[in-house]
Amino acid sequence: MKNPAGINTRSDMLTSFSRQHLLGIEGLSPNEIAFLLNRAETYINQNRQINKKKSTLRGRTIFNLFFENSTRTRTSFELAGKRLGGDVINMSLLQSSIKKGETLIDTAMTLNAMHPDILIVRHPASGGVKLLSEKVNCAVINAGDGSHEHPTQALLDALTIRRRVGHIMGLNIAICGDILHSRVARSNIYLLSTMGARIRLIAPKTLLPTNVETLGVESFNNMKSGLKDCDVIMMLRLQRERMHASYFPSSREYFHFFGLNYKKLELAKKNAFIMHPGPMNRGVEIAPEVADDVSRSVIREQVEMGVAVRMAVLETLAINLDTSQPEFFDEKTPKPNQ
Amino acid sequence: MKKHQNQINDLVAYKNALLIDPATKLNIAGGILVENTKIVDVGSHLSGTNIPSHADIVDCFGAYLAPGLVDIRAHLGEPGEEHKETLDSASQAAVAGGITSLVCLPNTNPVIDDMSVVDFVARRARKLGLAKVYPYGAVTKSLSGKEIAELGLLAKAGAVAFTDGFESISNAHLMMQALLYADTFDLLICQHPQEPALVSGGDMNAGDTASRLGLAGIPKQAEVIIVERDIRLLESTGGRIHFSNLSTLESVDAVRQAKNRGLQVTCDTAPPYFALNQLAIGDYRTYAKLSPPLRDETDRQAIVEGLIDGTIDCIASDHRPQDEESKRLPFSQAAVGGVGLETLLPISLELFHNAHLELIDVINLLTYSPASIMNLPAGRLEKGMPADFVLFDPLQGWKINDQNLCSKSKNTPFDGRPVQGVVLRTVVDGRAVFNIETNNN
Repeated sequence: MKNPAGINTRSDMLTSFSRQHLLGIEGLSPNEIAFLLNRAETYINQNRQINKKKSTLRGRTIFNLFFENSTRTRTSFELAGKRLGGDVINMSLLQSSIKKGETLIDTAMTLNAMHPDILIVRHPASGGVKLLSEKVNCAVINAGDGSHEHPTQALLDALTIRRRVGHIMGLNIAICGDILHSRVARSNIYLLSTMGARIRLIAPKTLLPTNVETLGVESFNNMKSGLKDCDVIMMLRLQRERMHASYFPSSREYFHFFGLNYKKLELAKKNAFIMHPGPMNRGVEIAPEVADDVSRSVIREQVEMGVAVRMAVLETLAINLDTSQPEFFDEKTPKPNQ
Repeated sequence: MKKHQNQINDLVAYKNALLIDPATKLNIAGGILVENTKIVDVGSHLSGTNIPSHADIVDCFGAYLAPGLVDIRAHLGEPGEEHKETLDSASQAAVAGGITSLVCLPNTNPVIDDMSVVDFVARRARKLGLAKVYPYGAVTKSLSGKEIAELGLLAKAGAVAFTDGFESISNAHLMMQALLYADTFDLLICQHPQEPALVSGGDMNAGDTASRLGLAGIPKQAEVIIVERDIRLLESTGGRIHFSNLSTLESVDAVRQAKNRGLQVTCDTAPPYFALNQLAIGDYRTYAKLSPPLRDETDRQAIVEGLIDGTIDCIASDHRPQDEESKRLPFSQAAVGGVGLETLLPISLELFHNAHLELIDVINLLTYSPASIMNLPAGRLEKGMPADFVLFDPLQGWKINDQNLCSKSKNTPFDGRPVQGVVLRTVVDGRAVFNIETNNN
């Protein structure tokens, strides 16, 4: 089997990304990240064709398992799975139905009995996806766990930056806003710094994790010093559903000091561009005219890259499954560490 | 208004004064030269022919000339409690007491938790042209202790620091968030350290006097618990905190240790806590019902000790006007608080007269030190600074009489007390806003 780039897919992949799951970016090597980005690159053009369908995942069963509301990530994964020819099943299990870890494990066991190949899981609790992955034999992709990681978002952000600038190494990248609650921020910190970028976080101190500098980033409490010399400005959504009122007083105050408008944008490099993982709160973290300025904002491109990245991840994990997992999973087989 | 004396000449020399400027440790006979609203020269050389000939000359006849007092904790009643005090009556009282800068508490109605109220207070005070009034902003919206107020925008509008005033911020999580959030903008949080659960229902200091009078006690621990808790919080959040109205030995100790550990902690006390103890309550005198309550003699001495060794950074008036109807009630029902603007200087001077502190050190506690904590352009006799100063005689005796106070409310815990120290003249922005000779009282 050859991929569009003409590389022998199987053996090349095994040496480049041989993990069973994609649970997070932390711990991935620059080679593994570059490999996934390179694979994703090959799908961008395909997704722009009239015939977008491939058969790489034919016969594969993919569960889109969302314990938390999502529209864009779920759709993006669903589209990625279908374009690769897999059978994608969407399951929404909102917070109310899953309250205890015990129940999550039961859910995992139940699903496992249906012999899925890939589980795409979003869970409101940090570490929830990893817990689930320990109980199943298929591949698991973390589509966001609490405030921990959202690896495919970081990959798509990296791909967007790489296509725009040509490289990630040496860039000054500012991540602004609700770092404390953001899994996007954590995944991006790991990924972009692994790839050689310098990360600055800009947020009020209430929205910065304690001792965040230990992650190898600089932190700033104001846009003026934080945005200086930045190549990329990544705005985060203010996750009001995750916080009580004691993190910041009001949207108007937040926007005044930490919202991105043209005036603050001028503090960054002249050609700096703006990213946002969406969904945006216009007038809270970003001024509408900045978000809509196609010469500065790559927000829509990020969405496009999302599908390509997720196709690359699905494809890679599916190929790894062939070699790393028994063809038929026997429920009674004891797993290590249990 | 009589007290406003417009200067005819824009250059005025005050000569033959005893200059005291704690910031520069100046303590010398000399003079000061004022052009319009600013100090343009100061020192011992300003006498006789060194004074520009076209300047108006004010002979101080050997009176002390110090920076105008800076009072960082005063409740001014307006808006909302105009029957107790207005910005006008409070400003009159302030300048009569030698105070040229005031930081006023946000416990108004509406609360100073919105930019428009900051602006209202500042604008009203500017119009009066007496003492300069700088508002505190509320730390929490409506002083409810639940949600952080718009500290950043309030600071932009002119709030110089943040406090919930009479309310203690009791929720530890909220306090931690407030410290973090304030440090984002390098703002100062001031805490009135009184654990509400221990203060609630209490009338006076818990102890033998309360037991004898049959009044509900407020344990001393109510104060130190919050002081120690907030110091612990500050260790993790960074930033600054200021404790208002320290009254107990234990909390002074806690602050002393925190300072030794290098934390950015400051604190103040008010005259009742170093000049009075719980015996002032005597036979249920409600004018001596304060918050925190007057403590016992050991505590009073500890407060004096804290002022001597520098643990306590400054003295504030803790001016809290209450009308007679709020005070002429059974002790347990009476309102708390005492007026303090006009007694701040003479009571503080007792520290000098009792040989606890040098005069310049007392003046420092009332001027340069509080101004530095609040970062105000005040409290110094230096070239380029606003010409805000006070002429006073630290020795002249008088007797405090509540009916002679300029304050609209007369609830002083010091009524009838013989004191020394008279304000002769108060100057704000080069204008004499108070003169002893023209004062009706």
